[in-house]
Amino acid sequence: MTDQTLTVRFFARLREELGTEQLTLPADRVQTAGDLLASLASRGGPWAQLQGSQPVMIAINQAMAKPATPVKAGDEVAFFPPVTGG
Amino acid sequence: MISIQTEDFDACAEYAALRDSGASTGAIATFTGLVRNSGDTQGVSGLFLEHYPGMTEQVIAGLVEEASRRWDVRKARVIHRVGRLLLQEQIVFVGVCSGHRGDAFAACEFIMDALKTSAPFWKKELSDNGEHWVEQKASDVARGEAWDK
Repeated sequence: MTDQTLTVRFFARLREELGTEQLTLPADRVQTAGDLLASLASRGGPWAQLQGSQPVMIAINQAMAKPATPVKAGDEVAFFPPVTGG
Repeated sequence: MISIQTEDFDACAEYAALRDSGASTGAIATFTGLVRNSGDTQGVSGLFLEHYPGMTEQVIAGLVEEASRRWDVRKARVIHRVGRLLLQEQIVFVGVCSGHRGDAFAACEFIMDALKTSAPFWKKELSDNGEHWVEQKASDVARGEAWDK
């Protein structure tokens, strides 16, 4: 059986403000990471910040990506604020 | 070697391991980062560090590889702690062995600067007044980008 879903993960401030660590969503409704962001932002409330003034970083399968990067079934897509380690 | 861990590390033991990298090593540069009492906010009593398991290790491994292409790196060690850390605790260790000091300093500084702007870690400052997710600093981004030139 092929996996027809995307795993979406959130970290740090976004994880807390969205009250969500991980989602499983159907993969056939979005073509790119940017589509996925727009679709999540349209949920409104705290989700609107995904397309707000603060930058949101994107990783696909644990590699940095851009809004135009394509997503496909089985991918792990992560959204997070700019990193602040070290 | 790269370690992401909640527990503290022994910087002296790490240094001793770096020294044991063969007779061609002539220089070791190390950096240790500590929890400080001020950052975005004053009166910081500790930090909470979150990371993206798996991606973090891959990103740092890529930085060590890049450092090894650009400079003479005989051995490199990176340790980054996660979870709850108290004031003055150790957060991060980067150690590099090279033939000469120039390469050791540059590779160590590059790994540290690039880690700060590309490895998926996030710091939250904890104080008596509450909690604050640290914002990325333009100065850190500039330091990271300076290595691309």
